[in-house]
Amino acid sequence: MSGVCIVGVGIHKFGRTEELSGLDQGVFAVREALADAGIEWPQVQFAYGASDAAGNPDTMVDRLGLTGVQFINVRNGCAAGGSALFSAQMAIASGQFDIGVAVGFDKHPRGAFNALPSEYNLPDWYGEAGFMVTTQFFAAKIMRYMAQFGISQEALGRVAEKAFRNGAKAPHAWRRTPVSLEEILEAPLVSDPYTKYMFCSPAEGGVALVLASEKKARELGKPMIRLKAATMRTRPPHSFEVFAPSIDVVADDSGPRGTATRIASADAFAMAGMGPGDIDVAQLQDTEAGAEIMHMAENGFCAHGEQEQWLIEGRTEIGGALPVNTDGGCLACGEPIGASGLRQVYENVVQLRGHGGERQVPGDPRTAYSHVYGAPGVSAVTILER
Amino acid sequence: MRAIAEGLFTDETPARLVGGRNRETGRIVFPCPPGESHEPVALASEGTLWSYTVQRFRPKSPPYAGPDAFAPWIVAYVELAGEVIVEARLDAVAFDEVKIGMPLRFAPAPLDPAAADSVMIPAFVPAGATA
Repeated sequence: MSGVCIVGVGIHKFGRTEELSGLDQGVFAVREALADAGIEWPQVQFAYGASDAAGNPDTMVDRLGLTGVQFINVRNGCAAGGSALFSAQMAIASGQFDIGVAVGFDKHPRGAFNALPSEYNLPDWYGEAGFMVTTQFFAAKIMRYMAQFGISQEALGRVAEKAFRNGAKAPHAWRRTPVSLEEILEAPLVSDPYTKYMFCSPAEGGVALVLASEKKARELGKPMIRLKAATMRTRPPHSFEVFAPSIDVVADDSGPRGTATRIASADAFAMAGMGPGDIDVAQLQDTEAGAEIMHMAENGFCAHGEQEQWLIEGRTEIGGALPVNTDGGCLACGEPIGASGLRQVYENVVQLRGHGGERQVPGDPRTAYSHVYGAPGVSAVTILER
Repeated sequence: MRAIAEGLFTDETPARLVGGRNRETGRIVFPCPPGESHEPVALASEGTLWSYTVQRFRPKSPPYAGPDAFAPWIVAYVELAGEVIVEARLDAVAFDEVKIGMPLRFAPAPLDPAAADSVMIPAFVPAGATA
């Protein structure tokens, strides 16, 4: 896959933009990405578009130009953006196309996602009894993890504190005001052990990436940011996912269970011919503070339980050994499902080009890792190299 | 006692939860799915706490059908050894005394404690509790 490069990136600020539809924000991002790549829409040979709740992405050809371009919509749960990117890179790696776009956008109502049992093949009583609440799952998952691996609530607070501190330095972030560790820990609990600052919120935003073959990228004269690996994987048996009235018992339940993340991560590293120690900056799914902690280990960057010490030592800070979520991640940017995974890749390209400004990772980073995880037990990983 | 849905509890006293055993693989799930693929099985009445959280705000209606008045409750995952881990409420224990691994006993609870004829939902209590 050494033949696929990212030659243009664009983003519409995450958060709330009342006057623009989700699609508008996607179009904004595409135009910015085209300008960044130094091309015009008619040069685009194909597009993959991701949106979960903001309409069909392909309708944006109205705004961008009716060039007859191939435009495929992707709806794949929380991996929608990652799946659009995966599909786009395949189109180029296959030799069919030289240049194309992966775009993702979304616009969700305020507050927690309001899911109905019938949408998940669950009986109505499950919702009537009060179990159809995503935050319960996230909280129960980290509660067991904390008990198994000795992670404190303060560690969760440190992740949130870092997110808002980094978000303050990222122009595209939503929450741009630092919050002290004390305030995070003393805030009202939403679902124990999580306080209100430890969950991300549904949001809005748009991101677009222009992908090109290596030959095309050289012609465009852009910095060569190579996509070394892109994987999308689904869950293995016995995993614990959202909206689970029951979970399988297993013979030995003392360790962590298998996850889509572990599969996507291991396969991406194998594909890239690298290991976790080779990565200079990482964007890891942080739907909640504990997700970042679990994903540090599930993606192979540390052993389960080491996160407590890593956070105390600041190893995942922008100036640390492995900066994680340098733009504040989902906690600071919010989560527009279709755009979220592509935001991570956008941020990695910015970092590899050295354009991170106040949030730039020092030391001239050459490799960057992105990881999405979400319902219904899906994960997408990318590895970039400059 | 009226369960929140048919086929959730056994008819005996005290009632047990009803799971479904896959007729081909033997895997047990809860609740028992409709159709012929799973055979209903009465699940163990006693188990241990696998994980939990506290629901601190009133869930949105719909789908939540509980009373308007809200007090936080414990959401538990209870391991029934060799069978399945089920999601249920956990009652009769203070929030700060909940410990993963603690022994629990099945004890269905009213969805609306203030109503005389409330439907009952899956719930557990500490094994030694009298509730």
